[in-house]
Amino acid sequence: MAKVHVTSRINGQTQEFLCEPNQTILEVLRDELGLTGTKEGCATGDCGACSVLVDGRLICSCLMLGAEAAGKDIETIEGVAGEELHPVQTAILEHAALQCGICTPGIVVAAKALLEKHPDPDETTIRYWLAGNLCRCTGYDKIIRAVQDAAKTLAHPA
Amino acid sequence: MGAFAYVAPQSVDDVVAALGAADRAQVIAGGTDLLVQMRSVDREPRTIVDIKSLAETNRLDIGDDEVYVGAAVSSALMNENEALCNLLPGVTEAGDLIGSTQIQGRATICGNLCNASPAGDSIPALIAAGAICDIANANGGRELPVDEFVTGVGTNALEPGEFLLGVKIPRPAAHSRDAYLRFIPRTEMDIAVAGCGVSVTLDDDGTCTAARVAIGAVAPTAILVPAAADALIGGKLDEAALQAAGEACTAASSPITDKRGTAEYRRKVVAVLCRRAAEIAGQRARGA
Ligand SMILES: Cc1cc2nc3c(=O)[nH]c(=O)nc-3n(C[C@H](O)[C@H](O)[C@H](O)COP(=O)(O)OP(=O)(O)OC[C@H]3O[C@@H](n4cnc5c(N)ncnc54)[C@H](O)[C@@H]3O)c2cc1C
Ligand code: FES
Ligand code: FES
Repeated sequence: MAKVHVTSRINGQTQEFLCEPNQTILEVLRDELGLTGTKEGCATGDCGACSVLVDGRLICSCLMLGAEAAGKDIETIEGVAGEELHPVQTAILEHAALQCGICTPGIVVAAKALLEKHPDPDETTIRYWLAGNLCRCTGYDKIIRAVQDAAKTLAHPA
Repeated sequence: MGAFAYVAPQSVDDVVAALGAADRAQVIAGGTDLLVQMRSVDREPRTIVDIKSLAETNRLDIGDDEVYVGAAVSSALMNENEALCNLLPGVTEAGDLIGSTQIQGRATICGNLCNASPAGDSIPALIAAGAICDIANANGGRELPVDEFVTGVGTNALEPGEFLLGVKIPRPAAHSRDAYLRFIPRTEMDIAVAGCGVSVTLDDDGTCTAARVAIGAVAPTAILVPAAADALIGGKLDEAALQAAGEACTAASSPITDKRGTAEYRRKVVAVLCRRAAEIAGQRARGA
């Protein structure tokens, strides 16, 4: 099988990789590039653990080919925190909005994307936006409170 | 045994050539059906032909006479276009029902159409809106009404070497609007038990002068129900007309029983969806 040579930007850095034509970008991130923060929960688009941004658009990385990433800008959980944690990450910690943590990278990436598009979302908007991020542990309420809190922090930085 | 390959041609002709060159070639748009299928029911090698590098498939144009939605346009992109949502609220709300935020970031309505699931949400909406498939091939292309495009469960009218470039939707006139409703057991992330798309045109008095009604998930393919449209045309979308249109949808359906609902239930629900969708389309048309 001829491998595909791909150049894309991952978390702001130009990166080249080789992948199989049928390999997903999730497999590339985890297995070829060592970016294991992005998780695989279902590999069928249902759980959102694999959420990443491609050219600013929230997607499931388990349903995109590595080859399709050519020329694209990809942001993963590894690109979310700067010197300090992102307000969404801090809020999730403060609200204890995680237990096992497998869903958390996807939720952070998805929630950050939400707040960039809707800085002041109501609860319904948050719940619908995150409907594709499944969590088996928290019962969601703490996640919703954390996102609401992060929205406030982003609107009024301390 | 062949091998997997991936190509992203830069022109329509090159896509057609790539589709003809391999033993087995398959288009990828958003990949939200294709990659799931490649991991489960159909793991056989093939050449994957990405159609998203073409100018034509990335078109999202609102013209004086028609709206064009290219085959690479994601449902997220459609729903961010306010003018499109105002003109074709039924088509865009169908796209907005497909999967999660993440799925909508990639899923296309053309992929939904080509995949030809009986429950595909955008199909009844596109039929109701009178959409035409813009098909590319080696002979200069052809057009086909959406209601003739899906030929069975999972099959469509594309011949080998053809692909869908986009859909053309007649631009709704004044007092003309659409609506799409589906019923699912949950409020998000599920497959339609039944769905109904309706578009209506009213005159200045509010009398319905034209209508199209299409139902989904209650037959092997989504179907146009002319009898339901006839029940709406000529009146003011009053209770009797809505009731008759719903009954026509029930009569036109031939549903199956599965874990999401019995055939009897589906026949009943499709009538309710038709009544409600016609009412919503009517309200929108009055305001437009
Ligand atoms: C978690 C999840 C939830 C979902 N929820 C829904 C839902 O609620 N309602 C619903 O209707 N669907 C749903 N789907 C199914 C899927 O997302 C939709 O059918 C979507 O619109 C498919 O579009 P796509 O661009 O991703 O298609 P792809 O996966 O790229 O393609 C689908 C099929 O069509 C062919 N194809 C695509 N584009 C073209 C073209 N231009 N020319 C020729 N052939 C083409 C492909 O070869 C493939 O066979 C869901 C899927 C997932 C994973
Ligand atoms: S791993 Fe991609 S959605 Fe579950
Ligand atoms: S914290 Fe365990 S799945 Fe969400």
